[in-house]
Amino acid sequence: MTDTTPTEAGSTSLHTNDAAKARLKARYAAERRFKWMGAGAVALSGLFLVILLSTIVTQALPAFRMNYVTLPLNLSAEQVDMDELSSTNFSGIVNDAILSQFPSVEGRQERRALRGLVSTGAPTLLRKALESGAVEPGDTRQVALPLDDFSDLYLKGLVAKEGRREALASAPEVATADGEATLSFSDDVVVEIARQAGATEDEGVLRLTSGASSLLLEAEGQIIKLQEVQPTDGGATATGLVLLADAPQATGEAAIRIVDTPEAQRKFTDREIVWVDALKAQGLTENRWNEIFLFSGASREPEMAGIWGAVVGSALTMLVTLALAFPIGVAAAIYLEEFAPKNRLTAIIEVNINNLAAVPSIVFGLLGLAVFINWFSFPRSAPVAGGFVLALMTLPTIIIASRAALRAVPPSIREAALGIGASKVQTVFHHVLPLAMPGILTGTIIGMAQALGETAPLLMIGMVAFIVDVPGGFTSPATVLPVQIFMWADFPEPAFQQKTSAAILILLGFLVLMNAIAVILRKRFERRW
Amino acid sequence: MITYVVIALIVLFFAAFYTGRSRAMTVGGGRAANLHSLPSQHGLFVALMAAGPALLLLFAWSLATPSIEASIVESRFADHLATLNLPEKQAFIRDARATAFGGIAGFPNEMKDAAAEVFKSAHATSQWVAAVLALALAAAGFFLAHRLISPRFRARHKVERIVRVFLILASVVAILTTLGIVLSLIFESLRFFQQVPIYKFLFGTHWSPQSAFTGAGQEAGAVNEDIFGAIPLFVGTLLITLIAMIVAAPVGLMSAIYLSDYASKRVRSIAKPVLEILAGIPTVVYGFFAALTVAPFFRRMGEGVGLDVASESALAAGVVMGIMIIPFVSSLSDDVINAVPQSLRDGSAGLGATKSETIRKVVLPAALPGIVSAMLLAVSRAIGETMIVVMAAGLAANLTANPLEAVTTVTVQIVTLLVGDQEFDSAKTLAAFALGLMLFCVTLVLNIIALRVVKKYREQYD
Repeated sequence: MTDTTPTEAGSTSLHTNDAAKARLKARYAAERRFKWMGAGAVALSGLFLVILLSTIVTQALPAFRMNYVTLPLNLSAEQVDMDELSSTNFSGIVNDAILSQFPSVEGRQERRALRGLVSTGAPTLLRKALESGAVEPGDTRQVALPLDDFSDLYLKGLVAKEGRREALASAPEVATADGEATLSFSDDVVVEIARQAGATEDEGVLRLTSGASSLLLEAEGQIIKLQEVQPTDGGATATGLVLLADAPQATGEAAIRIVDTPEAQRKFTDREIVWVDALKAQGLTENRWNEIFLFSGASREPEMAGIWGAVVGSALTMLVTLALAFPIGVAAAIYLEEFAPKNRLTAIIEVNINNLAAVPSIVFGLLGLAVFINWFSFPRSAPVAGGFVLALMTLPTIIIASRAALRAVPPSIREAALGIGASKVQTVFHHVLPLAMPGILTGTIIGMAQALGETAPLLMIGMVAFIVDVPGGFTSPATVLPVQIFMWADFPEPAFQQKTSAAILILLGFLVLMNAIAVILRKRFERRW
Repeated sequence: MITYVVIALIVLFFAAFYTGRSRAMTVGGGRAANLHSLPSQHGLFVALMAAGPALLLLFAWSLATPSIEASIVESRFADHLATLNLPEKQAFIRDARATAFGGIAGFPNEMKDAAAEVFKSAHATSQWVAAVLALALAAAGFFLAHRLISPRFRARHKVERIVRVFLILASVVAILTTLGIVLSLIFESLRFFQQVPIYKFLFGTHWSPQSAFTGAGQEAGAVNEDIFGAIPLFVGTLLITLIAMIVAAPVGLMSAIYLSDYASKRVRSIAKPVLEILAGIPTVVYGFFAALTVAPFFRRMGEGVGLDVASESALAAGVVMGIMIIPFVSSLSDDVINAVPQSLRDGSAGLGATKSETIRKVVLPAALPGIVSAMLLAVSRAIGETMIVVMAAGLAANLTANPLEAVTTVTVQIVTLLVGDQEFDSAKTLAAFALGLMLFCVTLVLNIIALRVVKKYREQYD
């Protein structure tokens, strides 16, 4: 055994010829490749998770805050009759307030656009604030009202990509007539800016069409949107549209603001940008926690839409599911594990449960529709119906987990109990079940987490109905979190995209919480025999 | 009303328990040893006898009465209902019910309001009757059980029998669920196949049930049999499932191999939770991700290389579904690979094989049946998956194998046919049940095969 000790490297290697060495090298290379493929697969799954979560989190964060505008409202006695608030024209009050901020704005269309800056839900909120006494009636009250979804998105920087602000060395001469402005510049900086903005050149005239970036010239308290720029000898002339004549943000040096996203590619016009900026420059806008989103029911208006109704609906549905699935599931598991004789019926039940666990969830929805809704006339869209369907769906999960937990209790416990004279039922309920409880609870929580995230079967029983009110009971129409996510994802307004992500974040938060409880239960109470 | 009765019954349950227990102690002369059963068992017996039957009655009553109430309303308004066709009749009952008990009534009118009044009064009467019956039953049960208490009365045996019956009933619920699924699907599907021949459904290549009654020259109520051909749906489902499996099978299997044979303890402690989180994310979130991030990404990528990718392409839905199934494949394969006995690995290593050679030439062949069944389960999961495809795949039934085009699946069509206003007897809604039956059968067969294979395979090594 001692004479085979290798002396010099290579000389006593097993692989003497070059072909063998090459084969070995190839085999080791294959080994490495295989290992890296495995690591790559795991890394890929991790990457997917990171992309998924980061996309949703970055989209969701803006939805948790919201912009309000503080307007002086005329809530005097002749406007507001405190005894008959329902007949008060609150939209009129809000409209007057926003119009009074921009006295220079004229024209039906423009005034309508201006009114649109404030949320259409603002009058209702105002009425509620007066009812609850949060706002007192009086001549001019400064009240913060939610902005419309696009104004809100603009202030969050999600509508238009903001470009540079180019200060002009020398202020242009401005002549305005009928809302049109003629400008003459003493240098040709503006020509270069117009070229970069993507102006179309036509016989020496640069036209800034709606496909080009918007150039907003701020000078002499006015904001002028440049439309045509013509280079002249050493300078330039330009024509433009006066967007706002008394702009508080344009009181300083002359400058050109470049909004990179062309007007045609956003649903927020240059005029609206200028108005919102004017409000912001006066310090009237305010970014607050979005209480509307967290504490109110659904709405067709993105800025008014809240998640609370869905949260309550989910809670009610989960209560029904838990009340049904937990006792039935545990009882079934106890019977199958502790009492059932080994016969055909038991075998059928077992196969049955395993198969039920793999039935697609949408089939449970069909069952709910045919049996609960059509046959037993359960109320449509109600948490009871949803709870029954989800209970049937989670039952197999709970049964399988509970059986595993019961099986893990060693027979010595049962034998000891039986030995001192306990009956079979007493043995199970006094000794085996308490020991299996942590495992059973863990399985139940995981089953409930699955049920909380389930959508498809609830679509079948009508929980997609559009419900504004926060559900009041088990039989009132309701929706649940995942269905709310599904509905919001379908709405075309871009603000709903953030709402959807925020709702997903809340749903994931609940799921993380439930799973954390399950993990803690398992860690603290799990017993190894 | 019923709620109060239920609360009263629960209170009665506890009251009966304590009365029964103290009565048993009195009967036993203050010594529990004089009794056959423990005092608390006597108490439990009285409590169960008092509250149990009454609660069961209320449960059965609340299941049965809605349809009885509906038939009362129907008979009361028979003249009016005779002028309506079936969907209108159902809408009438539904709206009247909604008006009476709070809910969303479609189009309220005077007739429906009158029907709602009938509903209300019938409901009130039925609640009174139920409450009185339940309380009478509870009282009778209580006094009967209370009188039975005596030293020789075998309360424990009675209670344990009741408990056992409850346990058996609970495990029968699983069978009832399956039975309910099978019967309701078959029942509704049979009604569908009376209107549309089964061969046209299974082998037809044209699917557009949304236009079922608007076809030119169609009589009201006549069913155009040729628009219920489900082949495009089956092809679409298979296409998306195939894409999903192309993503999930290699990634899932390789991660399982890596985690079971290569990864260090630290890597495993990070990677396992990652996979568990992926598995725990609700499908609606994947759907949102597919529709909003992945689909536009593929579209832009397609534009980059000059390909026309539909914004609801099968590719996007399939890839995201594949990501969703990765943890499923991985955990199933992990179980199977770990079940291969260590002696096989040791033997292979002893012959000088590298780790990857051992895995490829020894472990995987040994685990093959299990891996196949894991893949079958994954396929059945993919076929039945709903939300991802509802949100990211198309609605139009294209018969194509091109993954860049929009296709639709069985589950998408079930959802679109059943969501929104619906009449329960039209071929359109019944078609959804026929699709559901197909889905149920296919997934069931896949599961049964997979479970059989796993079972057979496990027996070899245990």
